[in-house]
Amino acid sequence: MHIVTFTRSTPDTAAKVEVGADGAVTWGGAATVVNPWDEYSLEEAILQAGKAGGKSAVIAVGAAMHDDALKHALAMGLDEAYRIEDPALDATDSLSYATAAAAAVNKLGDAKLVVFGKESVDVGSDSHIVQTARKLGWTMLSYVSKILEVDYAAGTIKVERLVEGGKQVVSAALPAVISVMKDINEPRYPSFMGIRKAAKAVIPVWSLADLGVSGLVGKARVVRFKNLPAKNVELEMLTGEPEEVAAKLVDKLLSEKVL
Amino acid sequence: MSAIFVWIETADGAARPTSWEALGAANGLATGLSLPVVAVVFGKGAAAVGQQAVARGASKALVSEDASLETYRLEPYAALLTALVKEHAPRAVVAVATSAGRELLAASAADTDSAMLSDAIELGVDGGAVTAVRPVYAGKVLSDAAADGAAFVTVRGRAFQAAAESGGAGEVVTVSPVLAEGDVKVKVESFEAEVGTVNLGDAAIIVSAGRGIANNPKEAPAGTEKADVWKAQDGFETVIKPLADVLGGAVGASRAAVDAGYIGYAHQVGQTGKNVAPDLYIAVAISGAIQHQAGMRNSKVIVAINKDGDAPIFKLARYGIVGDVYKILPALTAELKKRLGK
Ligand SMILES: Cc1cc2nc3c(=O)[nH]c(=O)nc-3n(C[C@H](O)[C@H](O)[C@H](O)COP(=O)(O)OP(=O)(O)OC[C@H]3O[C@@H](n4cnc5c(N)ncnc54)[C@H](O)[C@@H]3O)c2cc1C
Ligand SMILES: Nc1ncnc2c1ncn2[C@@H]1O[C@H](COP(=O)(O)O)[C@@H](O)[C@H]1O
Repeated sequence: MHIVTFTRSTPDTAAKVEVGADGAVTWGGAATVVNPWDEYSLEEAILQAGKAGGKSAVIAVGAAMHDDALKHALAMGLDEAYRIEDPALDATDSLSYATAAAAAVNKLGDAKLVVFGKESVDVGSDSHIVQTARKLGWTMLSYVSKILEVDYAAGTIKVERLVEGGKQVVSAALPAVISVMKDINEPRYPSFMGIRKAAKAVIPVWSLADLGVSGLVGKARVVRFKNLPAKNVELEMLTGEPEEVAAKLVDKLLSEKVL
Repeated sequence: MSAIFVWIETADGAARPTSWEALGAANGLATGLSLPVVAVVFGKGAAAVGQQAVARGASKALVSEDASLETYRLEPYAALLTALVKEHAPRAVVAVATSAGRELLAASAADTDSAMLSDAIELGVDGGAVTAVRPVYAGKVLSDAAADGAAFVTVRGRAFQAAAESGGAGEVVTVSPVLAEGDVKVKVESFEAEVGTVNLGDAAIIVSAGRGIANNPKEAPAGTEKADVWKAQDGFETVIKPLADVLGGAVGASRAAVDAGYIGYAHQVGQTGKNVAPDLYIAVAISGAIQHQAGMRNSKVIVAINKDGDAPIFKLARYGIVGDVYKILPALTAELKKRLGK
């Protein structure tokens, strides 16, 4: 049995990201990192595969830059890594992504649980997570903060979820797609041996044809990226004794009409 | 019938206030496309909320109060929304980008093989296609996207004007659920409300504190294991919260404060926390790292209070005060109480 997870490389969160003259998004010479939210999902896939006595597999959808994230995952201890790349696949269209991702999960054949990170720090939409679940026809459980029970034989799962206003305990049927929050676990660092092994790994690349997907047409397209409009905030420093600055600030805020 | 659908999210039988922003956004699209707006409301109080939607500009409301829909669950909600979309073929489906709204629209977009445009801060129509602007790369860049065919759109909270009451009239039509309770595989076993949390996304005013809040002049009680945690928690309780309370605002925090255990993750603002855009954001003892900025830079007025005049947060701020939080904040809270008559 496979526990499957998805990841990808994102620009380092400290990078200065901007749109270049050619309209492409650049982050200078900054390195990419594994999407920070995915450290938790990668760890959870390793843990769940260990408990189930199955294999953990990680998949990236997109260009070769995502191999770095896959190698990080292998170095952490995931068993298998795959990448999906195809000229007909626009990974910025969540529907296309989800169609390909679901097909890849089906190709593995024996998956019962798919674990996603909460979102990616760059695109940050998370739409394709639930869409992958819908394309698979599986249960979707988002914002999982704890897996309380999984019983593959009985086909049941029970989790704690963080929802607006509190915590919910829900039980549901497997197979399921879950997205996990930080705090679900303590992600491990890649080991030295793991890094060596990952460096040598050859990552299979699947095309849409390999996944049995044909005629995929995206429905949402990015027309252009653009830089933020310049924000001209003029900083005004308020000085004096605490009581004086407090009075000055309240005057200003009242005149700004934000109180 | 072609229309613009808007999903009005409810909580405890009432509309979430930001849902009226989704209706405002839908009304805007409807004008651009010359189509009527149809509100979709499920769960407890749906009929009454549907009536309110009609009063705010929807021409019709489709409602269901079936017990299986009492509180939000993806499975039965998506099944019904998808069935209604198949039946009425709307040009667009709009909802506010709360966790439920994002999930529900994405699911129904997948079920109907439609375009999903998430987290929009602006909407438009270009040659008949629905277009959306949304921040990407943690708000460092914007993307313009267009939908082919029906567009499912979530709008970011506080980015659109709420639909005002216009005294409009329209019909409220009851629809039947698609899934019977026995077919719903997800069962909520328990719910533990987190007390006293203000939803950061809805707040018009946020007072956030960072790691520097641990520099509390008070001494931790003898035997306290982690003095900095005690000092910071006391600071949140006695200095930050009173200011937020007098302003009717919410309490936020930097990741450094959250990671150090000073306050819960639900309060974290930033790239890996909440993305907020209040009218007023007061950043207290926060240096203003780029990841923090990513979550708050779109606030209307930013006030920075920091003892280090070189802290990067001042670059974003409209008003800055260099000083010690434990001296400035009590004075500010007292002044506000006086001036706001509280
Ligand atoms: C992948 C990744 C994701 C991240 N995501 C986030 C995120 O979502 N949100 C976030 O906030 N950060 C995030 N960070 C962390 C970020 O880089 C910073 O480390 C963090 O924001 C710093 O928090 P801080 O400003 O509270 O602490 P510091 O940088 O330590 O600043 C403390 C400030 O308090 C001031 N101060 C101290 N004492 C007082 C006093 N008595 N009175 C007044 N001022 C005082 C100091 O002058 C200083 O400026 C992320 C980092 C990474 C790598
Ligand atoms: N191109 C991709 N390849 C693999 N996994 C991805 C990709 N994009 C996003 N993910 C995963 O999906 C989650 C949500 O991403 P996003 O919708 O971009 O916020 C992330 O935490 C990743 O686990």
